Amino acid sequence: MKRGIAGSLESNDALITVKESDKLTITVKSIVYDFFHKQIEKVIRDTLKELGVEKIDVVCEDKGALDYTIKARLIVAVKKMEASE
Amino acid sequence: MRRSLLFIPGNNPAMLQNCDVFDSDAVIIDLEDAVSVTEKDAARALVSEFLNAMAEQPPMELIIRINGLDTEYYPADLEAVVSDKIDTIMLPKATVEYLEKLDKLLSGIEKKKRMSKKIGVVPIVELAISVLQIEEIVKCPRVNGVLLGAEDLSGDVGVMRTKKGNEILYPRMRLAYACAAYKIDAIDTPFTDTNDNDALTEDCLFVNNLGFNAKAAIHPNQVPVINSVFVPAQKSIEWALRVEEAARQASLKGLGVFSLDGKMVDKPVIQRAENIIKKARKYNLI
Repeated sequence: MKRGIAGSLESNDALITVKESDKLTITVKSIVYDFFHKQIEKVIRDTLKELGVEKIDVVCEDKGALDYTIKARLIVAVKKMEASE
Repeated sequence: MRRSLLFIPGNNPAMLQNCDVFDSDAVIIDLEDAVSVTEKDAARALVSEFLNAMAEQPPMELIIRINGLDTEYYPADLEAVVSDKIDTIMLPKATVEYLEKLDKLLSGIEKKKRMSKKIGVVPIVELAISVLQIEEIVKCPRVNGVLLGAEDLSGDVGVMRTKKGNEILYPRMRLAYACAAYKIDAIDTPFTDTNDNDALTEDCLFVNNLGFNAKAAIHPNQVPVINSVFVPAQKSIEWALRVEEAARQASLKGLGVFSLDGKMVDKPVIQRAENIIKKARKYNLI
């Protein structure tokens, strides 16, 4: 199964793992889950839309990342997944 | 006119989002040595999205150190980061040939992106050949300052780096004089011991006296030290203001040369005083 990982578990970063899937699944684990999980999920959905990806499994382990960090990490994770064997 | 330029690793979100709090005159977001080969894509994407998300221009100059023109990474680096949001590209392992090539590449991107700004370039002199080419490097298009990269340079020459830095005296002097001749910033190599700010102060004072006006930093703690050295001392400012006033009085009397505290003051001395006052005003010291 193709998969890609980007980012880290350092403070202000996010570790994003994506896998090929036949449906869209987004899992958010965050140190600020109660306040921001909806916003994080929105960033992930918007970024996937920009990338033209409809079906994928995304796990975001967030350590207080800003929106642009989550977006950048997701873009790279998807690229790595697409390039993987 | 810069004093301090702080390196920030391009793949570090915490440092990026706080880059405007360190009080450096410039931050250098690094896509080169601070980023491992496996993380080049991640760093490039992060910096690109950071710039896209930036609502307003930060208070300091924004410089991006791209990967060298001898690598496969530089085209994607330039495409990702060159925009009106940044001020300057820092070019590692710069030579005249690479600087001319970079100028053409930047012109192409500026035109394609319809940018309103012309991006400046700060080459890093870190090869023996670059030291020999310095008189041509300072004349290259867009170059508004030159950074000495002593670590790579010492490797290229095959000498050991020391804290005192005798081994880099020759490149330091060549660089300082070339930059002074073309009125651009002479930026000294970072001081690598981040736990010894007393030695950093000594190093700054030494290179300031050679003609350098700025120094790169690799830790935020180095910025206040650098900023405090690369400005005129209070004693110099007081002297410069007295020269300025005496020159004004002399001019009213039609005198080009006069005496102050028993010493002759002529045009070069007045010019030096004016430069000190200009710098002191820039950093709100008067």
